Amino acid sequence: MFSLGSNGGKYTKPSFVSYVNPEQKGNDALQEKNPVFLPGEVVFCSASPVLKCTHDDLLEGSIMGTLFCTNFRISFVSDQVLLEDVVQPFRNRLYGENDIPLTCVDQIYGDYDEKRKLITNTQMKNKHPNGIIVHCKDLRVFQFSLKLAKEEAAKKIFQGIVRHSLEPKSLRCIFAFSYCENIAGAPETQNKPRTLMFENIVDWMEEMKRTKGNCKLLEINKDFTISQKVLFDRLPQFFFIPTNVLEKDLAAYQGKGVPIWCWSHHSGCALFKTASLPLVQEESFLRAQKLYMERMLNAVAHNYLYAVKAVDLSETLPSIQDIQQSYSRFKQNFLIDNIGEFWISDMKWFSTLETTRWLSIIRQCLHKAVEVVEYLEKENTNILLIEDGGTDLSCVISSLVQLMLDPHYRTLTGFQSLVQKEWVVGGHNFLERCNHLNNKDKESPVFLLFLECVWQLLQQHSLAFQFSETYLTVLSDSISVAIFSTFIFSSPYQRVSSMKTESQTHGSLLNIPSVWDWSLQFDCKSQEFLFNPLYREKSKQEKTRNKNQRPKPIRQLSLPNATPPKKYFFKEETESLRKMLRGTRISRWMHLSDSAQASVWEFYNAWQQKPLDYHGLLLPDLDGPAIRLWMQRYLRWIPEVQIFGGGDITLVNKITSLSQELEELRMELEQQVRQADPRCKSTETVNKSTIRMSCFFPFASCRSGSFKPAIPTSHCDGEMDMGHLAEREDEDTELTDNSVIRGCAD
Amino acid sequence: MELLTDAPLLPGEERVIDKDIIYICPFSGAIKGRVLISNYRLFFRNVDADPAVTLEVPLGAISRVEKMGGASSRGENSYGLDITCKDMRNLRFALKQEGHSRRDIFDILFRYAFPLSHGLQLFAFLSQEKFPENGWNVYNPMQEFRRQGLPNDQWRVTFLNSTYELCDTYPSILVVPYTASDEDLRRVATFRSRSRISVLSWIHPENQAVITRCSQPLVGMGGKRNRDDERYLELIRATNRTTSKLTIFDARPNVNAVANKATGGGYEGEDAYQNAELVFLDIQNIHVMRESLKKLKDIVFPNVEESHWLSSLESTHWLEHIKLVLSGAIQVADRISSGSSVVVHCSDGWDRTAQLSSLAMLMLDGYYRTLRGFQVLLEKEWLSFGHKFASRIGHGDKNHADADRSPIFLQFVDCVWQMTKQFPTAFQFNEHFLVTLLDHLYSCRFGTFLFNCESMREASVRPQPPHWHAPQPPAVSQGHWSDGVTVVRLFQEVKKKTVSLWSFINSEPSSYSNPFFTVDLSHVLYPVASMRHLELWVSYYIRWNPRIRQQQSPMEQRYKELLALKEQYLKKLEELQLSDRAPQVFPRGPHLSNSASPSPSSPPPRVTRLQTPF
Repeated sequence: MFSLGSNGGKYTKPSFVSYVNPEQKGNDALQEKNPVFLPGEVVFCSASPVLKCTHDDLLEGSIMGTLFCTNFRISFVSDQVLLEDVVQPFRNRLYGENDIPLTCVDQIYGDYDEKRKLITNTQMKNKHPNGIIVHCKDLRVFQFSLKLAKEEAAKKIFQGIVRHSLEPKSLRCIFAFSYCENIAGAPETQNKPRTLMFENIVDWMEEMKRTKGNCKLLEINKDFTISQKVLFDRLPQFFFIPTNVLEKDLAAYQGKGVPIWCWSHHSGCALFKTASLPLVQEESFLRAQKLYMERMLNAVAHNYLYAVKAVDLSETLPSIQDIQQSYSRFKQNFLIDNIGEFWISDMKWFSTLETTRWLSIIRQCLHKAVEVVEYLEKENTNILLIEDGGTDLSCVISSLVQLMLDPHYRTLTGFQSLVQKEWVVGGHNFLERCNHLNNKDKESPVFLLFLECVWQLLQQHSLAFQFSETYLTVLSDSISVAIFSTFIFSSPYQRVSSMKTESQTHGSLLNIPSVWDWSLQFDCKSQEFLFNPLYREKSKQEKTRNKNQRPKPIRQLSLPNATPPKKYFFKEETESLRKMLRGTRISRWMHLSDSAQASVWEFYNAWQQKPLDYHGLLLPDLDGPAIRLWMQRYLRWIPEVQIFGGGDITLVNKITSLSQELEELRMELEQQVRQADPRCKSTETVNKSTIRMSCFFPFASCRSGSFKPAIPTSHCDGEMDMGHLAEREDEDTELTDNSVIRGCAD
Repeated sequence: MELLTDAPLLPGEERVIDKDIIYICPFSGAIKGRVLISNYRLFFRNVDADPAVTLEVPLGAISRVEKMGGASSRGENSYGLDITCKDMRNLRFALKQEGHSRRDIFDILFRYAFPLSHGLQLFAFLSQEKFPENGWNVYNPMQEFRRQGLPNDQWRVTFLNSTYELCDTYPSILVVPYTASDEDLRRVATFRSRSRISVLSWIHPENQAVITRCSQPLVGMGGKRNRDDERYLELIRATNRTTSKLTIFDARPNVNAVANKATGGGYEGEDAYQNAELVFLDIQNIHVMRESLKKLKDIVFPNVEESHWLSSLESTHWLEHIKLVLSGAIQVADRISSGSSVVVHCSDGWDRTAQLSSLAMLMLDGYYRTLRGFQVLLEKEWLSFGHKFASRIGHGDKNHADADRSPIFLQFVDCVWQMTKQFPTAFQFNEHFLVTLLDHLYSCRFGTFLFNCESMREASVRPQPPHWHAPQPPAVSQGHWSDGVTVVRLFQEVKKKTVSLWSFINSEPSSYSNPFFTVDLSHVLYPVASMRHLELWVSYYIRWNPRIRQQQSPMEQRYKELLALKEQYLKKLEELQLSDRAPQVFPRGPHLSNSASPSPSSPPPRVTRLQTPF
């Protein structure tokens, strides 16, 4: 377990007393109803009484309470004494079920006399609505009615919420900075195995050694001194490049075009990525670019066997804007605030999903990753991923490729190291892609897209991953809790430089925690949900066996052969690259797509026919029915779709409890053998409790006893076009026998 | 080429023809081989044994055989046979054009695939298979009613229908309100379509609410009323004190129920049935379901629709129908568990009604979720209450376009599968069981699904094509055929002449059981009937596609491993305890004795590396 001590800085009483409005003071009952504040958390405003409306029939309508807006969250504190904690086996220490971190707010709607309006930060300064509906980035939906609150308080809380969650702000307003100022620097966790942060040379060297790669470490950017002048600002502090690339090559295009090492295949070939060169029209510049790229490709080819393939992602995958548009259509289908809406949308559910194209984007990414995997695994070709910025889709593809090829990344720390390497240190612009500062224009859920793809792999091969579905869901939630250094910066350079500036203003060294410090969010028990109980580490035997069995001829997966041998030799490649670089860059990939498709298909089929090794190559099934909706993430808050006492979680629980039983038996056996004590009767048959968990456990609550089933209400039968068949009788014969004969006699 | 002498044959199965042929596989192209046709199956094997390609189709699964291409057709493999199957696949075979080589095989296939159209017996009557279990004993109606606590002071068992006089499509033993006399029942029968009166299917053990089933009332255009029928439903309501209003679930869409008046049917009017509430469940008829499945087949066979999978799936409406059936059953179960009795009917009460009552019973009663209990459920709600298996499947009948055919039972099994998917620990049987069930729904190897109703089964009948009008001169004359007679009495009843599917299943129950099954009798199982949760049963509908991995689920595999381990541990513990009592037998030490060879010197078994990563 990787947890910190049990109190990683949480639940320490804040040093300030109370920021509740003065008029509420004196009312002791209300006084106690403050949220538990985090260190550095400050209340901006509050209103009471506010009604929280719910469409969960269990809670019958609405709850009375107080609404707060702080520099971290919007928080609703119920007047009612909350039911015991039993219903919540999985709690987040940073925010509760009635808290919305400001950065988690997706959209706010105002309820103006039965009319609903989307609130934007520019409007709505004057008139406040009767109620607000908050759509969250983690798909929760809140409805608060402000009708009962005093006019002034209602207006104030509305404006406060809008200002702090929707208006553009500066980086230093992000709560992480106030938070970390007030917690003791997180103790260095000395866990084995640890997550590699890739913020120092040691981590990079370790990774290179592990993959037995052969590249050159560059320390030129060590102090980011070059970042500001010579190199573009997305480059990490340390990185590897092919041995043949010279240091002066970096200066040519601010480091763009330079192949950055990602990972080495056991055969020796490796995966590189780079940002594409700026578009130019002038012939001389173009020629220079061509020559430069050729040299870079040669350098990559030189890494192993002189084979290289450049994969231009900007050309073949959806754009950043496409991803954003698709996702915003997609998520809308889960932000449901009334039951009627839910059932109406149910009939057209599949086509609705399809029109958002989100699942198809996921499939495209996985497909592209399999394509790259094929080059590496089957052809042993070095790969250079090229993308405009070099830090979005190339992160998606490179991490997916590594996840499929390298079982190390399917462990929890391995996965976290991968995210550090490819995304955090790799320079993904989390700050703008996640829109923490409310400047919508560069928002795009690229990292979420990656997690979606990982989830597809996980659900298809649930035994291959050390982390669970819950882990992925929680990780996706953490993106919008602006407390972790992982997700709030645009580049490693920005992280280091803004920390430096902030530390100077505060006069002490700031240390914003990483999301990988899970003890900040969850206690030890909850952290167990992050692990996949089905995962089994590779046994020593398997390890040695595989080593011995690894066939020396590298073309492991070759088939009743249809793939042309060595088609991608680099000479040919540079020729195609020349074409690619010509002005408009019409992709030759477009024409190739059919054959690429067929090749991937064949590659998958060949892999599928072999016995599955969870510690080996892992490929996703890309067929229509195989790409699915991440139900836990998207449906967990919708009461209508909770299956109580069902879902795959029941299987997992059975396996877990059987394993525990086995463990006890094993201990008992050992005891017996040692003849220490008469054995203690430990195995009590598992309680047949009446509590039934939701299939989205651990997220939704449990139900005990009986409850009403969800009954579809709208059948829009008019839309089902059954034609003439619907009018026909089941039996073509008329009901003559008794209707006529006996009927008459009646 | 060598004859297929080693082809697997069942006892009673006989070879008819053995021939060189080319199988045109939709996934891997033309494969040269040899085909064997017996009176039970079509069996194909390729010439090159590596990789071996075999194909096995019970002839019962064939719905249509057509000739493809003519003697003068050009192109490779353009002359042959095209076979459409009931189990979601099509087969193509090519033959040599010279010498009319397909004539004999076509004729034989046509005759043996559709034996009833040719005066032949279904294979179930020829089979000589023997099993240790006798599946015909699985269902005993009296025993099942006793299990439900019947008869009691409100409900009695009547033998009024013992000779199928009251209703020829109902079982012989019926449970009716104690207060209704046999005479009442006879009078009510006149007002219900095909005399299918409302009788009890299931009673709640605590609140005594009941599911009763029937057919539509014969209201007709004139809006006829029948006091006996009205009084009868009132008697049913009154059997349970907590039922203030009897809920009548009419499975059909409202418009269809109205339209049925034109043919003499209809629904219970509000005025006529005072203490009743009528709810329409909007489930479409058998023709709509048939077309829906046809569309589904189009998008999954041979290749799975790629680019617009979800919208294509939606446009088949298959899952939408599943949703409506499930949602109807949920409503029935919900009424029952809240203590309110229900009546379920559709038009005739043997298709949608069977689906609804059996699914609701599956939700309410854990017994039906066991392997045996499920068989009882099928025997009771489907077989004894006259779901027309013979007509719906069209056993042995060449008329592939018969409008009576419809995948109603398949749809029900799909609903059950959806439930097992949502509650993976609640059912004792596994997916393999459901698939086997469907395979033998078509295979005609067992007697279980061959007939339309209990009276046909009991009357020792020879199954007939569903629309047997004028007798055709049978190819092989057997028995006596007479004009206009639809039932030909033969020597023995079906239970003696054929084997039950349950004999086959229950002789090897382990391969059909779900290791995760947890007994839970106390809860009602409410599936979620939302498209968000419903999914296509890929491992059934797309199982012929080699890209669909047909493997045991990894979780199941893991669980079985752990269970085996537990066995091992327990055995060892037991041994150790025995050795404790007789401490001199084995020298003590770190060695655990291996259960197979209890010698102390045997190497320590796997225990040492059994640390589970939990």
